[in-house]
Amino acid sequence: MELRLDNFTKSFGDVTVIKDMDLTVNSGEMMALLGPSGCGKSTTLFAICGIHKMSGGTLHFGDNDVTSVPAQQRSVGVVFQNYALYPHMTVEQNIGFPLKVQKIAKAEIKKEVARLAELVQIGELLDRRPAQLSGGQQQRVALARAMIRKPEVLLLDEPLANLDAKLRLEMRSEIRRIQRETGITAILVTHDQVEAMSMCDRIALMKDGKIVQLDTPEQMYANPQSQFVAGFLGNPPISFLDAEAGDALTLGGNQTLARPVGLDANGGMVLGIRPEHFGPQHGSGLEGEIIFVEPQGREELVDVRLEGGGNMRAILPTGEPFKIGQRVNWGVATDRILAFAPDGQRL
Amino acid sequence: MTGNSRIWHLVAILAIFSTPLVIMYVFQVIESVARPDAGSLWPGKLDLSNWRFLWERIDPGRPTIWEVTFNTFLFATATAVGVTGLSTTAGYALSRLNMPGRPYFLGGLIILHAFPTITLIIAIFIILQFMGLFDSLLGIILVKAALELPFGVWIMKGFYDTVPWEIEMAGVQDGASRFRVWWELVLPQVKPGLAALLIISFLSGWSEFVLPLVLAPGSSTQVLATYMNAVIQDDTTADFGLFKAIGMFYSIPVIVVYLLFQKQLMNIYGGGTKG
Repeated sequence: MELRLDNFTKSFGDVTVIKDMDLTVNSGEMMALLGPSGCGKSTTLFAICGIHKMSGGTLHFGDNDVTSVPAQQRSVGVVFQNYALYPHMTVEQNIGFPLKVQKIAKAEIKKEVARLAELVQIGELLDRRPAQLSGGQQQRVALARAMIRKPEVLLLDEPLANLDAKLRLEMRSEIRRIQRETGITAILVTHDQVEAMSMCDRIALMKDGKIVQLDTPEQMYANPQSQFVAGFLGNPPISFLDAEAGDALTLGGNQTLARPVGLDANGGMVLGIRPEHFGPQHGSGLEGEIIFVEPQGREELVDVRLEGGGNMRAILPTGEPFKIGQRVNWGVATDRILAFAPDGQRL
Repeated sequence: MTGNSRIWHLVAILAIFSTPLVIMYVFQVIESVARPDAGSLWPGKLDLSNWRFLWERIDPGRPTIWEVTFNTFLFATATAVGVTGLSTTAGYALSRLNMPGRPYFLGGLIILHAFPTITLIIAIFIILQFMGLFDSLLGIILVKAALELPFGVWIMKGFYDTVPWEIEMAGVQDGASRFRVWWELVLPQVKPGLAALLIISFLSGWSEFVLPLVLAPGSSTQVLATYMNAVIQDDTTADFGLFKAIGMFYSIPVIVVYLLFQKQLMNIYGGGTKG
């Protein structure tokens, strides 16, 4: 089921949080709403599920206008950040509650609960109470409860934020598997770019109540439309350098880089260079001094302070004996340089 | 162990300070079933005649103890049910519903709770007289419940505040009406508060003295507190043994309730449900 927000506006009192936002999520697609806290992504989610009333604009599920349909009647399943399981009910009662509300026969509920428990792989836990479950298991119960009504849209509000690192990895692929298997249209709200990139078909990156870029994860990473997008995606993060573009790109301390093909602009600009595009494997050209080395097992992060100012970060395979204070002369993959105007727009 | 010896100090201090209390309780029990020799503190022989009020009228003009006990029970129970019922809904409204004037309402509750209600007794008397509820159980039940409400509403609001919002959102999303969410999902989370409030307001009603004394002075509406008062006041020869026995009878339910429901009562000070 396609989901479409048109001119969505939300204000709380005098404060307008979101203004005239358009968003279309294709049928069967998993879309991430990604952004720093306070960017309006959760507000958007709550408007879609009907908990918040929209101040303006319309919401369509397929061809149905559901803008003024109360939350109870919207075909939406929600998984909350803290799972919001009902503590006094067993897992079975929790998952079956949405059907019990619809006055469906007990035998039928039991069958459906068993089917969902199978899907999220918690069949043996049905008699337990939420307090007796681990975080990952609670997450699975919450997913099953959200899906039992066979909703047209599944909303996930920071579903992995309360899990430890190992479980997070596991649930990431689990949620994606379940979404794929059921073919449900899903929206994932997260502030974690890794989650958004690894789980979703497309990402809507939000800032200050606006979608600043909507793209596939690959496109958004390789081709950010603004400095904000470039800085938000990527771990370890991208490095920015001030530069003056003429015949070549001149950095502080009169170091220069060749102009990337296709860059037309001249004058002051900001260059974005991802850590994998800087290092000895790209030849030489930028002189500097290593100021920090962070081993990460398979790789190490090396921070370099350039002659004439500016910090660069490189991600390199472990094994080379880099030392803090060592002087280096490393190159940049010139064609991968991202250039931004001083106002942050991509050049 | 050092920890143990430190605790022993505390126990010793507490023991010293609570000795008078214990002694009083012991004598309360002993003297209700024994007759001390004249001029002596020590009980002489067993004597159950103090408990005669259980099977006969101690005085022809008075209602039997069972009528009075029934009155007290009715008074305390009705008060407790009324207070708990209204606090349960009012507390929810104050905790969750966005209504106009909510902060003032909350402030008002605190003031009402701290207000010495006894100063209102004349006004209440006039109101009851006007409504035709003077000298009736219903009248004092209404007054007692009204005076207990600020406390109850405040406590219940506190319990509701500990229930996560997401539980309600999830319930609404699961298709349940707001009322059903409250009844089936939220109310079970505040059960400890409900139980504690029910017990506390029952005990408060059970021990109420001033309201029945002033607002329901007739013998048909007598409760145990006013009955005891009458026993000690009216007689030309004060019968302390009888008074003590009735006192024992009066406090037994309180002790039993405390013993049975200690855990629930502690909840109200523990601040609600555990996560």
